[in-house]
This record gives sequence, structure tokens and C-alpha cells, in this order.
Amino acid sequence: MKNWPLWEVFIRSKNGLEHRHCGSLHASDATMALENARDVYTRRMEGVSIWVVPSAQITASNPEDSAELFEPAKDKAYRHPTFYELPDELKHM
Amino acid sequence: MSEKEVKNLEEIFDAKIARDEKIEPKDWMPEKYRQTHIRQISQHAHSEIVGMLPEGNWITRAPTLKRKVALLAKIQDEAGHGLYLYSACETLGVTREELYEQLHSGKAKYSSIFNYPTLTWADMGAIGWLVDGAAIINQVPLCSTSFGPYARAMVRVCKEESFHQRQGFQIMMTLANGTPEQKEMAQDALNRWWFPSLMMLGPTDDASVHTEQSMKWKLKRKSNDDLRQQFVDQTVPQADMIGLTIPDPTLKFNEDTKHYEFGDLDWDEFWQVVKGHGPCNKERISARVNAWEKGKWVRDAAMAYAEKQESKKLNVAV
Ligand SMILES: [Fe+2]
Ligand SMILES: [Fe+2]
Repeated sequence: MKNWPLWEVFIRSKNGLEHRHCGSLHASDATMALENARDVYTRRMEGVSIWVVPSAQITASNPEDSAELFEPAKDKAYRHPTFYELPDELKHM
Repeated sequence: MSEKEVKNLEEIFDAKIARDEKIEPKDWMPEKYRQTHIRQISQHAHSEIVGMLPEGNWITRAPTLKRKVALLAKIQDEAGHGLYLYSACETLGVTREELYEQLHSGKAKYSSIFNYPTLTWADMGAIGWLVDGAAIINQVPLCSTSFGPYARAMVRVCKEESFHQRQGFQIMMTLANGTPEQKEMAQDALNRWWFPSLMMLGPTDDASVHTEQSMKWKLKRKSNDDLRQQFVDQTVPQADMIGLTIPDPTLKFNEDTKHYEFGDLDWDEFWQVVKGHGPCNKERISARVNAWEKGKWVRDAAMAYAEKQESKKLNVAV
């Protein structure tokens, strides 16, 4: 018989905040994954909402591609407000 | 990859850890780093899981409802700790089934302390106070270890441990302030758990094999002997406070160093227990294997149900 698949668990700690990844667990289906996530990750009111996602469904970027993906942003200082030097007398900007 | 390239990568890797940057699962890592982490994190997970067994023994015999719910909650936390850690370990490319197999076959180790029996209710107090106390000393430095998933799991674990130790100490305090029989029961538990708790912090520095490498990878921040000293220094005054006596006639406070000096530990006993000859090694593993094997039909049934529901959905879709 097949082993229970792996699920990634995301918890919203309170309304107004995003769901945040907190770990993984094994469960036979989504309903059980939610129940297990509640027992494993929210025993002390750590959450008001849970997402579970089959780990196999996540596509992740590869650290080897990090340079290609993220380095182009480095030399784009003009995307930041401090790039624009303006007189000190200027207010509210 | 050529040897030189690997060496280069290793240097970059070590420098990254030295700068306090974290290593995440998909990052390149030396094979030895991966294997050492799988071993340490899984041993740690196994200890949490096996650690439930000596305490589970007392759930139905807790003296009051309050003590019972506290003990249940504590044991449930330990299950959680095991699960956080297994999940961190699996990010290194090992499966849960392989990890269980290593525990059940005796290939993997777990903390030797859980191979001692829990004879009286006071043992629940002594375990929370001393065993969880020693575990906290071991675990706090791991919150800043180099492997991200392990460090994050440890942060959660450490947040939850404090209640374990406090509920244990409160049990001891209550017994120590009770009838002479109750006080004697508390003293007896302290007598039995004191030395195993000291040894739980690991072999002495000169007999410890992995220390240097582990320090570099921040799997260890302080040596075993330093951790043990810290444990003794913080625990002796706690025993004094509730009028219990540390079962070590050579124990004395050194005014110059401001540390307690304590007697030699029975390392032969420690290694005997590690090698599987402790009082409860067989009982612990067989309870664990038994639970796993007897639960197989439940796991299979849940999986069969999930597959059936899934195929029903598909049928509706076409
Ligand atoms: Fe724990
Ligand atoms: Fe604990």
C-alpha cells in the first residue's frame, strides 16, 4: 500500500497577516492534512486559518539559477526613492 | 565535478556559515553536511517520539485531573516536536519511512535517558524538571544552527519546552512540601534521574568525537562539559529551594570559580545503555514497533479511502 503523501502547511496567525509556511506533514488526503496541521502546528492559538498544499505540487526555483533570477535587480537603483537627489528645502516628498 | 571545484564550493559554503547565513534544503552542501544533519536531526526526532513512552505510562494514573491534562498536553507537545523534526529532516532527501525503519531496526539512536523506567508519579516531576531541563540547555543554542529547517523547528520546540520543565518542577515542589512519604517519593525520583540527566548531555569533551566539525556547522555551540556545568549550576539551587538533596556527596560550590564541582559519572553505564543494554531499551523499541505495525491497517484504509474519493471526483468530471 502507498505511503501517505507529504503536505506543506501554511498558517495565517491573525487576520490582516498573510499565510506563512510553517512546515510539512504526512496525511492521506486534504481533509486529514488540515486536521493534522491543526494538531501539529496550532496547539497554542498560533493560527486562525490553515492552507495545506501537496508538496509535489510546489514548483520551486533552483538556487543555481539565483544569479540569473535575482541579480539583475541589483543594478537598478533607480527603482528606489533614494536614487533621486532633490533639494533639502523640498517638503512632503 | 572535479576535486578542486568541490573544494572551492566547500570554502564558499563554510564562509557562508561563518557569516551566519543559513543553508536551505536546495542549496549545495557537502555530502558530509547532509549526512551529519540527517543523523542528528533524526536522532533528535526519535528522542522526542520515544520520549513519550515513559510518560505515557502515567497518563491514566495521574493524581488529579489538572495533572492529567498537563501531562497529556506535554506528551502531545513531544509528538509535535518529533513531527517538526522529521519534517525538517525530510527536506534533506530522506523519507519518513526510511527514518522509521532506522529507528525500528535499532540502526538509529535516540537519547539514552528514555531507557530508564518510570516507577512512581514523582518520576513525572523529575523528568519534566531534569530531563526537559537538560534538553532545553541542549536545544536553545540550536535555534541559531546553520541549517534553516532545523533552526526553525528548534525555535518552535524551545518555545514549548518551558512549560514542560515548569510543570515538572511544580510536581516535585508539591511532593516535597507534602507528607513525609510524598517527600521521600520526590527524593527517590531525584536520586534515580540525577545522574542519567547529567549524562544525557553527552560524553565528556575528551571522549566526544564530532565536536570540532559540529562547532563549525553550528550544530553545537558549547561543549558537552560546558553544557553539563551549566545544568548543574542552575539545578542545584532549585533542589535546595524545595528541600531535596542532590544524590552526590562530593558536590560542592567552588567560591573562586563560582561553579559547582561534582563527582565522576558512571560512563560505563551510559555506554551500556547507548548500546542497547539499559533497563528498558527492548521495551521502548518493541512498544514503538508494535504501535507502527498494528496501525498499518489504519494507514492503509485511510489511503484506500483517499484514492476512492479521488477517483469518484474524476468520474464526476468526465
Ligand atoms: Fe520535546
Ligand atoms: Fe519536553
